[in-house]
Amino acid sequence: MRLKTFPGGIHPHDEKHYSASAPISIMPTPPRVIVHLSQHIGAVSSPTVKVGDTVLKGQVVAEPAGFVSLVQHASISGKVTKIAKFLHPTGIMSMGVEITSDGQNLSVDMPDDPDFMSLDAAALKARVSAAGICGMGGAGFPTHVKLSPPEDKPIDTVILNGVECEPFLTSDYRLLVERADDILHGLRLIMKIVSAKKGFIGIEANKPDAIELLQKLTAKEKDLAVVPLKLQYPQGAEKQLIFAATGRKVPAGGLPMAVGVVVQNVATAVAIYEAVRYQKPLIERVISVTGSIVNKPMNLLAPIGTLYSDLLEHCGGVSAPIGKAISGGPMMGFALPALDAAMTKGSSGLVLFDEKAAKSMQEHTCLRCARCVDICPMNLLPSMIASAVKYKDLEMAVKAGLNDCIKCGSCAYVCPAQIRLVQWIDTGKIRYAEAMRNK
Amino acid sequence: MNIKDKLTVSAAPHVHDKTTVKNVMWNVVLALVPALIFATYYWGIRALLLSLTGAVTAVVCEALIQKLRKVPITVHDGSAFLTGLLLAFNIHAGAPIWLPVIGAAFAITVGKQVFGGLGNNPVNPALLGRVFLMASWPTQMTAGWVAVKDSAISGLNDLTRIATDLQSLSPKAYELVTSATPLKVAQTLRDSSFVADINAQAGGLNLSGRIFSSLTEMETLKSLFWGNIGGCIGEVSAFALLLGAAYLLYKNIIEWRIPLFYIGTVFVFSFLFGGIPGSEISMMLPFFHIFSGGLMLGAFFMATDYTTTPLTKKGRIIFGIGCGLLTIIIRLVGGYPEGVSYSILFMNVMTPLIDMLTRPKAFGRVKK
Repeated sequence: MRLKTFPGGIHPHDEKHYSASAPISIMPTPPRVIVHLSQHIGAVSSPTVKVGDTVLKGQVVAEPAGFVSLVQHASISGKVTKIAKFLHPTGIMSMGVEITSDGQNLSVDMPDDPDFMSLDAAALKARVSAAGICGMGGAGFPTHVKLSPPEDKPIDTVILNGVECEPFLTSDYRLLVERADDILHGLRLIMKIVSAKKGFIGIEANKPDAIELLQKLTAKEKDLAVVPLKLQYPQGAEKQLIFAATGRKVPAGGLPMAVGVVVQNVATAVAIYEAVRYQKPLIERVISVTGSIVNKPMNLLAPIGTLYSDLLEHCGGVSAPIGKAISGGPMMGFALPALDAAMTKGSSGLVLFDEKAAKSMQEHTCLRCARCVDICPMNLLPSMIASAVKYKDLEMAVKAGLNDCIKCGSCAYVCPAQIRLVQWIDTGKIRYAEAMRNK
Repeated sequence: MNIKDKLTVSAAPHVHDKTTVKNVMWNVVLALVPALIFATYYWGIRALLLSLTGAVTAVVCEALIQKLRKVPITVHDGSAFLTGLLLAFNIHAGAPIWLPVIGAAFAITVGKQVFGGLGNNPVNPALLGRVFLMASWPTQMTAGWVAVKDSAISGLNDLTRIATDLQSLSPKAYELVTSATPLKVAQTLRDSSFVADINAQAGGLNLSGRIFSSLTEMETLKSLFWGNIGGCIGEVSAFALLLGAAYLLYKNIIEWRIPLFYIGTVFVFSFLFGGIPGSEISMMLPFFHIFSGGLMLGAFFMATDYTTTPLTKKGRIIFGIGCGLLTIIIRLVGGYPEGVSYSILFMNVMTPLIDMLTRPKAFGRVKK
């Protein structure tokens, strides 16, 4: 099997063994959920309910505030008990709607439409839009926007992202092996919406059973193909995946549609399928709760808005004191200040580190060893960006690649001086945005 | 959540490959151990003593200066030890013991700490120390070479290959091949008046040509490869250095571009221009050039110094080629028999410029 990949990148330990073999199990309805109003890139959704309202599972609780925004739904039935700022999985405080469960789990009607494949593109897109779906790989870009490329940007290829290159996480892997048919339905629907002729599913070589299964299922479909990929981080990054699968390079500052490609995560594909067939809003997702100290690492199908603390409790808690709780994967995820954050549509994992693994090493002076330069998947000079930001030379930072950085963290991973390169680069991005505003 | 849990909040990534400055530096020291073992085997305990003196002096100096500067003492990171060891490796085994002391002290103070320590020095401190010694004590640095046990300094052991009785045939030629290093022999043979002299002494025989071709004979090359010649402590055995270099390449501590282009350039240009009048260029001449002098030590252990070499991949290629060209120019037309130190130092100074001119194009960015 010839494996495709992209230039640069690193090979962190994949650590997927903790939860890889745990089948998706259903998280019991938690006592309360917090439906965040900002689960996506774009305008914050505006709430349509008020405290005291009773809501059904699947009922709209917030409307999109513009095209690049999202509708939000109640993920359990119960009463709206608070609309306030709650801890967001990115570690900040953000507005959300708290729903306290009535224990009955009453749902809005979700009728099966077995003839869903015959709907036209506009009707399909309307159902996706109404379901409040955003990219479930982490970035959270509203899916209906992604599926509406301008006329002058024809799309010929849809790539499903089943790479899951973040260490520890196994939620996409479980979907691939347990819900392959639904994923393929989702792929077909996306292809229909953007009228693409070709559909790829990119999967890394550390998931041979998923590759084999999908290959078997797509064997007779000429326009679909599984792309087995060499194990390499950050293969799940959009530009890297597109290059690995098609050899096309997304122009700097551009979107995948510039090269005729739309990329969707496999979990998003499942959500699209459910939205179209059952008109089911995105109110639950699979999340991996994992790490060496988790007593029973699991892949849970949990209501959006479930508190991380409830997820962990369902997994039997931890066997040692928690040193760090990461929302998402350890390469790009966020370290949480507390476990009462509520998961959002982009929450693919909760990774728990013990105190030893949480220890951060001391930052030294840059040796100029160029390890970061050698592995940067965007071919930038990370150490030079960082030092330019440090010395407030934004022009130099831009020249060294500030605006092209995808913040994958590979540079900081290999840095022998433990320089927090991503943090410096992020600071630079913020300062640059400020400078642009003040211009 | 347990109340006792103190969650660490920090920026991603939350995992690291565990390489540290310390393990990089000590791994380079480890890679130099074969060369040190060979040197000790060849010259006895004195070579070991000189090497350790250099290393210890560097460590002590760094600690003292850091104490004076009131900054954390970081000598355990191995970088000062490495600088001192490399400095001593550039001194020959017959040198007085104070030579590495002064050299290492200069390397650490003027070469490194003056600029703020590790990561901030513009040129390779060990090489700066070496050229300082060369300029200040040229006699001690270049006279009194001690040959490796049972070998000639020049690597030319069997003089009967040149002439049945070279000593009486041409005393001047005899003196050269018994007292000079291989590169010095090669350099002297490019001196036309010297060549005329020895050829006249030998009664019109092409003695210079014979000596020159014996430099590229398999016997001589073997001596150069294993290190049965005269030279600086750490540079003589190409084999030992390649062993260490292979380890560093395998461990991903040094990168292949600089050594490959450095040695490659010397290889190609020594073949093109390395001959002397009146003698054919042997196919083996490039091997003579790459295995002699400080090239292996320089290319793998000094030209790969992180701080003083380019960040960019293209820049490293330019750096390697630049070092190679300068080395060959110094060897073939310059006043010194060897040019590794000066070449690397010169290219060190060019590094910021090279970096500036070779900034990579980001993935997906097109040339403007």
